[in-house]
Formats: sequence, C-alpha cells, structure tokens
Amino acid sequence: MKIKLKVWRQKNQQDKGGFKAYDVDDVSDDMSFLEMFDVLNEQLVKKNEDPIHFDHDCREGICGACSMYINGRPHGPEQTTTCQLHMRSFKDGDTITVEPWRAKAFPVIKDLVVDRGAFDRIIQSGGYVSVNTGGVPDANDIPIPKKIADHAFDSATCIGCGACVAACKNSSAMLFVSAKVSQLAMLPQGQVERKTRAENMVSQMDDEGFGSCSNTGACEAECPKGISLENIARLNREYLNAKVTSDNI
Amino acid sequence: MKLDSKIPEGPLAEKWSKHKFNIKLVNPANKRKYDIIVVGTGLAGASAAASFGELGYNVKSFCFQDSPRRAHSIAAQGGINAAKNYQNDGDSVYRLFYDTVKGGDYRSREGNVHRLAEVSVDIIDQCVAQGVPFAREYGGLLANRSFGGAQVSRTFYARGQTGQQLLLGAYSALSRQVANGKVKLYPREEMLDLVMIDGEAHGIVTRNLLTGKIESHSAHAVVLATGGYGNVFYLSTNAMGSNVTAAWRAHKKGAFMANPCYTQIHPTCIPVSGDHQSKLTLMSESLRNDGRVWVPKSKEDAEKIRKGQLKGVDLPEDKRDYYLERKYPSFGNLVPRDVASRNAKEVCDDGRGVNKTGLAVFLDFADAIKRDGEDLIKAKYGNLFDMYLQITGEDPYKMPMKIYPAVHYTMGGLWVDYNLMTNVPGLYAIGEANFSDHGANRLGASALMQGLADGYFVIPYTIGDYLARIPSAKISTDHEAFKTAEAEVKKRLDNLLSINGSKTVDEFHKDLGHIMWEYCGMSRNEAGLKKAKVEIKKLREEFWKNVKVLGTNDELNQSLEKANRVADFLELGELMVDDALNRSESCGGHFREESQTEEGEAKRKDDEFSYVAAWEYNGVDKEETLNKEDLVFENVKLTQRSYK
Ligand SMILES: Cc1cc2nc3c(=O)[nH]c(=O)nc-3n(C[C@H](O)[C@H](O)[C@H](O)COP(=O)(O)OP(=O)(O)OC[C@H]3O[C@@H](n4cnc5c(N)ncnc54)[C@H](O)[C@@H]3O)c2cc1C
Ligand code: SF4
Ligand code: FES
Repeated sequence: MKIKLKVWRQKNQQDKGGFKAYDVDDVSDDMSFLEMFDVLNEQLVKKNEDPIHFDHDCREGICGACSMYINGRPHGPEQTTTCQLHMRSFKDGDTITVEPWRAKAFPVIKDLVVDRGAFDRIIQSGGYVSVNTGGVPDANDIPIPKKIADHAFDSATCIGCGACVAACKNSSAMLFVSAKVSQLAMLPQGQVERKTRAENMVSQMDDEGFGSCSNTGACEAECPKGISLENIARLNREYLNAKVTSDNI
Repeated sequence: MKLDSKIPEGPLAEKWSKHKFNIKLVNPANKRKYDIIVVGTGLAGASAAASFGELGYNVKSFCFQDSPRRAHSIAAQGGINAAKNYQNDGDSVYRLFYDTVKGGDYRSREGNVHRLAEVSVDIIDQCVAQGVPFAREYGGLLANRSFGGAQVSRTFYARGQTGQQLLLGAYSALSRQVANGKVKLYPREEMLDLVMIDGEAHGIVTRNLLTGKIESHSAHAVVLATGGYGNVFYLSTNAMGSNVTAAWRAHKKGAFMANPCYTQIHPTCIPVSGDHQSKLTLMSESLRNDGRVWVPKSKEDAEKIRKGQLKGVDLPEDKRDYYLERKYPSFGNLVPRDVASRNAKEVCDDGRGVNKTGLAVFLDFADAIKRDGEDLIKAKYGNLFDMYLQITGEDPYKMPMKIYPAVHYTMGGLWVDYNLMTNVPGLYAIGEANFSDHGANRLGASALMQGLADGYFVIPYTIGDYLARIPSAKISTDHEAFKTAEAEVKKRLDNLLSINGSKTVDEFHKDLGHIMWEYCGMSRNEAGLKKAKVEIKKLREEFWKNVKVLGTNDELNQSLEKANRVADFLELGELMVDDALNRSESCGGHFREESQTEEGEAKRKDDEFSYVAAWEYNGVDKEETLNKEDLVFENVKLTQRSYK
C-alpha cells in the first residue's frame, strides 16, 4: 500500500520546527510502524536528506523508548507501543500525521525525540526501597498474598514511555507517578518509606513542570501497558494521608 | 601470553568464601577517594554501580539510551534461575553448578560456575527486598517453574516480564545512589575508547550523543557491562542499539576476546517476514512444552503451503513430519535450544519450510487445545499468543504458529579472570559482555542470574582487591593518553562523515549479517568459514570507501552512531570466523559439520579443545594471536550429550 506522511521536523531545541510531507510506497501489512520509518529513512539518506530522528530500542514494546504521537494519539490507533503498531492498522492511501510528545516537561530535542529525563529524576526522588546490597531477609520470610503481589505487578509494568503525559491536556504525570507509588505501597517492603515516598515524588513531579490531574482518564485510555486510574486514586489517598501524618519531620 | 584465571585453590565449595577472606579490603574511609566508571546500565551495570555507590565509591554510570531503565535487559522474558530449592524437588547449589557446566558443554570454568550457583540464592533475596513483584503461590510464597528442559523447578519469574522487573529493581537501587550523590548518570553518552596509562585502565573517551561533544572521564578502574554482540548478525532478538563497540575498543587496547564464535541461536522466534525486517521477536521457550513442531513430509506439500494453495491445518496427519519427536523419541519437542534450531534449519534447507521465504516450521497447539481446552492454553500462553497475533496477523488458536531460529545471545566476550578483571589491569567486564560462565551454550534463565551475580555479589568484593593495591591520587584527564585517545576518536568520526559514498550503513550491516548467518550461524564448515573471511574483509574495505553518513558530528546524528557501531561489527565478524575456524570441534552452540557423530549429532573433541580461546589484537588488518587457557575439570566427568 501507499501511505502519505506528515512528519514533524525540527533540527534542534532552538529550531521552531514544522511539518513536512513524505510519500512512502511499497508499504506491507507486516511492517511495523517503525520499519516503515526505516524504509523512508533509507530513501531520504539516498537523496541526501537528513533522516527523521526518533527514539527506539527494544522494538518489543517493553523498553519504553519509542514515542510517536500518531494522528493525534500517543502510540497511534491501537493501545500498544509505537514499535508494536503494525501497518495493517492503516489503509492504502491513508495520510498519517506524526509528531513528538508535546509537554513542557518533555522538551523536543530533534524531530520526534524528546527529553524524558524528568521521569528519571522523579524516580530518584523516592521510587525505591532503601536497602543496600546484602544483609536482607530470605525471600520467603515475608509471605505476600498472591492477589496483592499480582496487583503490585500490574502497577510495576509501567514502561516509562510518557504516553500518559502526552495524552493529557494538562501534561500531568500522575499515572506514571502513581504506578510506582502504588506498587511499593502495596508491598510490605515498601511500607517504611511509604509516606515520604508519596510526598517526595509528588513534589518532584510538580517541580519538573508537569500539570495537575483533572481526572479525564485520557492517560489510562492511551497507556500501552493498561496502567489503570485506580493507581491515581491510590496515590491521592497515599498523598493525603502522608500530608496529614507526615514522616518528613 | 600465559593466562592466569586466578581460580583459588581448595575444594570447590570453599573457593569463593576463602577468596573473599583472602582478598584485600579498602578501608571504609578511603573508599570515597576512589572513582569507578561503569559503562552500561543493564542488570550487570546497574547492580554494580548501585552496589559500588552503597559501599562509598564515587561512580560514573554511562548508557547510550536516554534512560538507564531502557537497557536491553529490560526485554528478558522467561525468568531467572536460583538454587533456592523452595520446591523441595532436589535442587541444590551443586545441581545448578552441575547443570550449568554440562549445559555449557564442558567449556566453562568449574570455579566460576560454582560461585554463580552459590550467590544465585542471594539474588532472589535482594530483588524481593527491593520490591520486585515475583510470581507467588496462593500461600504467599514465591512460585517457580521449570525452564528450558531443567529437571527441577528453580526459575523465578514475573509473568513474561522478568527482565523488566529485575532491571527496574536494579534501576531503583541505582536511582537511590544518584539521589545520594554517589553515582553520577551519563545517559545518551557512548563510550568510544578506553584510556590506558602505564598499562592500566584509567578512563574512557565518550561522545555525548546529543551534542557530539567528545569527553574524557578518568577513574581508578573501568567496568564494562555493555552487553552482547548478537547484532553482528544484523537480525537478532537483541535491542536495536545493542553493540560491541565498548568491548571491541577495549580489545583493540589489549583486552583479550574469548570464544567469540560461541553464539546462541534460539529456536522459537517469529520468522522473517520480508526485507524490511529490522529485528526478530522471541516467543518464549515455554511454548515447546505444549506445542508440537512439524513440517510436511513432502517438498510438494510444503511448496503448496508456501504459495498459499494449501493451509497447514488441512494437511492430513500422515503427511506431516514431527521431526523432533521422530528423531529424539525421549526428549521430543523439548530438546535443547541448539538441537532444536539446527533441525529446523535442516528441514528448511531440505525445501520443506512453510512460509513465503521458506524459512519457517510449524509449532502446533491443536493437540494441546484438544487435550486441555482453549481456556487452559490461554491461561498459560495468552500473552504470547496475543503478541504473535499482533505481529503476524494470524491467530495461533486456529492455525499453527510459524517459528524459526534467531540469534539470541553471545556466550563469548571479553576474557576475565576469577575476579572478573580482563587481562588489562583495572579493566573489568561483567554480564553478557564477558565470556565467563556459560561455556559454549547458555541455559535458559541463566543470563539474568549471571548479570546480577556479577554486579551485586562478585565485583563489589573483587574490585576492592585491586583498588587497595593502587594509589588513591586523582587521575587527571589532562594526561597525554586522554588527548591521544580523544584525537583518535575525532579522526575516526570525521573520517566516517567525509567518505560520503553511495551505500547506507544499514545496507552494509545487512550484508555483514547475511555473511555471518550463512557461514558462521547455526552450522559451520571450513570452506564456508574461509569464504566468509574473504567476504568480510572485502565488505570492510568497501565500507571505508563507500559508506554514506550524512550530517555533522555536532548534533544528534543517529546515522553516525550506527556507522560507528557497524564499523566495529565488521572487525568483530572476522574474529568470530577465525575462532570458528580454529575450533574444529562441535560444542554447544558451535556446530562444525566436520565434527559430528554418525547420527549427525555434535561431537566434542575434549583432548584437543578443552580450552578457552582468548584472542589478542595485533593491529589493523593483522591476524590475531590465539592464547589458550586450559580448562581443568576436577569435579565433573565429561560426557557427550545425548537426547535420543
Ligand atoms: C528477547 C530476549 C529475552 C531474554 N530472556 C532471558 C530470560 O528469560 N532469562 C535470562 O536469563 N536471560 C534472558 N535473555 C538474555 C539476557 O536478557 C541478557 O543476556 C542480559 O540481560 C544482558 O545484561 P547485561 O547487563 O549484560 O547487558 P545489557 O542489558 O545489554 O546492557 C548493556 C548496557 O550497556 C550500555 N552500552 C553498550 N555499549 C555502550 C557504549 N559503547 N557506551 C555506553 N553504554 C553502552 C547500554 O546502554 C546498556 O545500558 C534474553 C535476551 C533477549 C534478547
Ligand atoms: S503509565 Fe503507561 S503511558 Fe505512562 S509512562 Fe507508564 S506505561 Fe507509559
Ligand atoms: S522500542 Fe522499546 S517499547 Fe518501543
């Protein structure tokens, strides 16, 4: 099939950027969306045009690197990552618009590549259990109900892609933050730092310039890993509770 | 050169404890005077950097991705082994040790492997304490499964995302040390050279991938945790960015490369669908527990299936060849990875492949669904079936899956001694980047174990032994050695940008991949390997005359990044071929057609090849020197594998 693309091109952070149109012929159903970009990039290089830059690595939907805003939706029409989107989700002759994530806290670096360092800094502010290597109890010393462990796992599957932020009209990072806070709040290992963690991560999130959450649910609808709004509800409870009886003394 | 593996004396089970007691310690107050560079933030690198930080060392941690959490380890699916014996099914440290040595086809060191099995139990404790949500039973205790044909259930897992959960655990520990100021992160920063002063590793030269700035970083020791080099084959299950550059540059500075020809080809991957293919996706090994592998008995039927005139499901039972069950009645579809892979190749080479390209076999669940019901199969493999549907557009509940082997893991890597130090003083290699523990074949769920063993529980001790012996004075990047290395790196980048030829980097990479897969893939022979050597040389010459890399160095330039990596693959490929040529025996993942039994199975030659082949670089376009480290087996008896 033949596809028409409108792709955001931006040379660097200072550049204003703008859309550019491309035609890609010989697209097959079996191609992934990124492979379609590979084909286009090979053609561009042959014509001495700068290839389109985008982030990607695992191409298996797990590293969270790929991040294209496709036809107005993060990761495109299916609830999956950009790399797992295949061309059979489109039709011959379609025009597809591709942009980078748009959020104040994720500045565009070049073309479709953005800086998501803010997510790392949020984790650094408290997304861990403070244990050193060695000297920990035997893994089976603390049984954890299967239901709780499974629930914690569901929250832990967040890949840090940032689609939730890109989907949100306020560019809120609540889904991302709540996933980590929830995972650790549910597990016995996370209890000791439960309150400080919620407070510190929320405060870092605010400092990074993410917007506030107005519960529209756009994030959940676009999250490729199905991280649910329950996490946000839990974070709100955790945060409130932490504020009332803070351990940050 | 004489290679000293530094395996401690004494009984096997006491070696590691004795060694830990005998090695030198750095006084706690002195630790902050020492700087350590860790390149790589996968399981090995992140766990090492975090542990160093906790001990009080100053750590610089590098990765080429935008965040340490995206390292390739994130993609591991199946699980991690540990000799916990929680299932009371007869597992033990010794059994895990024994299985690993045997599984590696007796080409690994007993001492290293035993230590790996010993510390495996601590890894699980550590990860649980970090909040890694492993699968659990209803009673709240940890669940296990048997993996890759193991006879005990010792594999811990977190659904099909074990690597992700373990890496996020290590990443969280790393993040904590960043917050504590003990680790400084350098994401999107690629190591392009190793810097040596007076014969010792004292730093690296990197390129900032966003600005192109070439930077020098000094340290008292350098740890490479840069992963495997499977992407030399172009198509593999590795992440797109996985590369050999850091290890290769270290090799060119004097570090030996060991057993580079040992590659693991995984039998159950989604087949190539066309020329556009950029990577291959693994379908978990566990599928072979219930799926039956087959191709048509006749070439004519296979041809019809390829052309779409006949559907696999419609071919009557008596016209199907369940070749694994036929040839290996006792193991059937559960033969080890290398055996399953080679047999798939054999039937496809025979013209009986079942997809458009002719390079696929069926993995059929019809019988399992009939026996257990669709619901049970869904409960077991639902997410894998969904993934398969997503990628191929075919429904495996209705039609047999198509699979084909793909490059998955590299057992070879930088040579290291028992302390995980390379032959270059002060340079360490951990995780998939070293050669140490898997011999000629790695068992399923053992790479994650090794990466975390190296990073959490081995190198934090052994590095102290080295640091305690060297002065703590800061190393300055003003030293001549840094200037020279920076200049070399810049020259090479300028060179790549100035060629402005007509062939893209990907075209070269694909060509190299074809050569490697054809002649140095699942089965190898002397004539083919000799041909490959000539072709790789030719391709490399052409690369440096005709590659097309656009843009400049002073910006984010993904073509330049790739060109740099492919240039190194073009050199590594030749060494892999040399190593495969030299090793005229079959062992593990390395099958030499000249060395097989009458039934066509792999035949080791223990008298001739019970050694580690460690290759020494001699300069551009010169043949490398082979150094041998003899393998001594005091505890296990060498036997030929048989799965009949
Ligand atoms: C699809 C798949 C599934 C797997 N499943 C399993 C499994 O179930 N069980 C199991 O035990 N094993 C499994 N493996 C194998 C296992 O995942 C890997 O062997 C292991 O994760 C490697 O970890 P590592 O820390 O050594 O390196 P990696 O995780 O590959 O990390 C390499 C790091 O080095 C950095 N790096 C590389 N070069 C440079 C450079 N020049 N400069 C700066 N940084 C650099 C990268 O940025 C990255 O951070 C699987 C592998 C694949 C491909
Ligand atoms: S919550 Fe979902 S959308 Fe947001 S970063 Fe995590 S995986 Fe991506
Ligand atoms: S490239 Fe890793 S999630 Fe898409």
